[in-house]
Amino acid sequence: MVLDLVPVWTILIALAVFYYVVFDGFDLGVGILYGFARNEDDRALIMASIAPIWDGNETWLIFGGLGLLAAFPLAFAIIIPAVYFPILIMLLALVFRGVAFEFRFKRPALRRFWDRAFCAGSALATFAQGVVLGKFIEGFHVEGRVFAGTSFDWVTPFALLTGVALMFGYALLGAGWLVLKTEDALQRWARRCGRVCLIGVGVAVLGVSVWTPLAHADIAQRWFSWPNIVFLAPVPIVTAVIALVEWRSLDGEHELTPFLAAIGLFLMSFIGIAISLWPMIVPYRYTLWDAASSPSTQAFLLIGTLLLLPVILMYTAWSYWVFRGKVRAGAGYH
Amino acid sequence: MSFDPVWLSRLQWAWVIAWHILLPAFTVGLASYIAVLEGFYFFTKNDIWFRMSGFWTRIFAVSFGMGVVSGIIMPFQFGTNWSRFTDATADVLSPLMAYEGLMAFFLEASFLGVLLFGRKLVPSWAHFFAAVMVAFGTLLSSFWILATNSWMQTPQGYKVVDGRFLPADWTAIIFNPSFPYRLAHNVTAFYITTGFVVLGVAAWLLRRGRAVEESRLMIRMALDLLIVLVPLQIFLGDMHGINTLEYQPAKLAAIEGRYDTVKPTPLTIFGIPDDKNAEMHYAIEIPRLGSLILTHTWDGAIKGLKEWPAKDRPPVGPPFFAFRIMVGIGIIMLIVAIAGQIMMRWNGRLFRSDGFLRLCQWVSPLGFIAVIAGWVVTEVGRQPWTVYGLMRTADSVTPSLTGHDVAISLALYIIVYLVMYPTGVAFMAGLVRLGPAAASDEPAPEIESGRPGRPFERASTQAGE
Repeated sequence: MVLDLVPVWTILIALAVFYYVVFDGFDLGVGILYGFARNEDDRALIMASIAPIWDGNETWLIFGGLGLLAAFPLAFAIIIPAVYFPILIMLLALVFRGVAFEFRFKRPALRRFWDRAFCAGSALATFAQGVVLGKFIEGFHVEGRVFAGTSFDWVTPFALLTGVALMFGYALLGAGWLVLKTEDALQRWARRCGRVCLIGVGVAVLGVSVWTPLAHADIAQRWFSWPNIVFLAPVPIVTAVIALVEWRSLDGEHELTPFLAAIGLFLMSFIGIAISLWPMIVPYRYTLWDAASSPSTQAFLLIGTLLLLPVILMYTAWSYWVFRGKVRAGAGYH
Repeated sequence: MSFDPVWLSRLQWAWVIAWHILLPAFTVGLASYIAVLEGFYFFTKNDIWFRMSGFWTRIFAVSFGMGVVSGIIMPFQFGTNWSRFTDATADVLSPLMAYEGLMAFFLEASFLGVLLFGRKLVPSWAHFFAAVMVAFGTLLSSFWILATNSWMQTPQGYKVVDGRFLPADWTAIIFNPSFPYRLAHNVTAFYITTGFVVLGVAAWLLRRGRAVEESRLMIRMALDLLIVLVPLQIFLGDMHGINTLEYQPAKLAAIEGRYDTVKPTPLTIFGIPDDKNAEMHYAIEIPRLGSLILTHTWDGAIKGLKEWPAKDRPPVGPPFFAFRIMVGIGIIMLIVAIAGQIMMRWNGRLFRSDGFLRLCQWVSPLGFIAVIAGWVVTEVGRQPWTVYGLMRTADSVTPSLTGHDVAISLALYIIVYLVMYPTGVAFMAGLVRLGPAAASDEPAPEIESGRPGRPFERASTQAGE
């Protein structure tokens, strides 16, 4: 009898994806807001607030990608082809964004151009990730073990909605981060941005929550049948409470709450999607267990992951600790 | 113009991995070199080692950063373009790739940060240790990814269930027959590539009278390394070839440009291969040399490609020509390495000979060309298989892709890489121009953390720009 490692890998990958979404999410969101910043001083501070950490956050994308490939290869082999172009756009936007980040400092003559490129790259990468999420919730056209649709199946109203929704969501995280890291006028600006984003997020979450059960009878059944409705009612209620807390803290004096509440909203959305789709990894077709790699494969990789992951996490925590506190003009990254 | 998704996906794969491989080809050797320099500094406390190490570490930071960026793209290629291959082989191959990523990530997240920013924050032994760990990490990374590649060439340790490969024996999977030879041949190639870059950069500095002491030391170290490694590499290449003859005879026939089985086998120096008619035009041959080199006997026979049905033959042109480029470069490298030793040891004119220093500059990129050529030999020679003899390339591609899909993505990859690489190279050239002296007035680190920032920026921050 071999130990079933599927739950372990499910948790690991869920954590990796959530970690990536929150951490690269806030710096992509900061990148989106950057395009709306009012002046050069603000832009410099906004950049300084993410400069030391953003590429480390991006590396988690490799973790999520390789983890999915190793633990649930069938899901990787079906989902990635289905979102061929969103993945392409995401990868290239991330590269372009990185190059823009460097060039902004190296070629001041073209600074406006690279500023826009940085914002556009961040927005495009976010939109592409949102489309992937939307397509994931919608499900894929699968025949046998392969994706049988076309490379443009992702162009659906729902996926485009989630693409836009994620831009609001990441920008909300980014606004929360900026409230935490900046002061005075810039902080007040970040709070205003945050409230705009929160409205967008609220509309989007509501839209997805209504649309998904209407489109998928199974999901409606799961949420609204008795007694599930009692057990699951806390999910929308808690989400609403967090949204309220977010609104009030953006309006008030709290500096940490907006960021934490934004993470809370992402966590609740994450849980909501997980409840809707469980136990599917290729929605409506293959479960986590169907798509899992062999127990030997999962065990072989788990050993190294459990050894290396804690060290990476401790190191990451330490580097955030070093950069704690407000960013200030002149004392920035340069 | 035909839009064949298989052909275009192969081109796209070749494009993204060829650019990617140039970075490890440089950073693997450079990491070890930096570890050696740090070791000398730690034990002798002579500042010259410190300046040399700082100089190369800044360049390392840029190339490693580019390696990470171009590396993020790689695992997604398996899903986007090669989903059938992924479905069939992931149980065996994905942990090897994931270990490669974990090791590289682990490095980036920890020891590289200490190496770049930790000089004033950690004791000197810890800094030396970090340099050793970075070098060790790049070697581990090579270990895993070459194990993956070797398994595709010489698969073993698997069982086939429902058309998919499942692991049966991890030791057999990792230490498959071509792996030891490929690992040794590749890592040596990476070291040699770095050696020639160090040689060329030092020659450039020396010809301008800059950082004279450092440059001379770099040239001496590079030449001493190369006089050992270049002959060793020729020996390892021969061993690798004999391993290929045993396990991938069709690839070897393509390398040799041999369509007919002839005994004894001549060596084809040059010719124009014609796959359609299975013959070599204008062949220049040396009798018996093929037998001698490959079977180490006077009249051993080498199987020609006609022994295989046409659909199982690799194309001859790319491996045939690329192999000759690789060997040609090897010979040039050997000549330079020997000439360098002669000038250094016997007539002492090495540092005054502008001609030889100029030659060192000219040959400095040869390692990269040889690495790409060698990679063409082994990967095109593996065709028409992705898993040798078991899974065809044509059956590996994502079925939903149309030729137009891949044409669009390939065009975008081409554009982005043509922006990214010249940018990075120009940036590294700028660091070379700054020279090793810049390290001596290293500013107090503004970044207290070990977390490496943006690759370009962290390098220039250190350079005190």
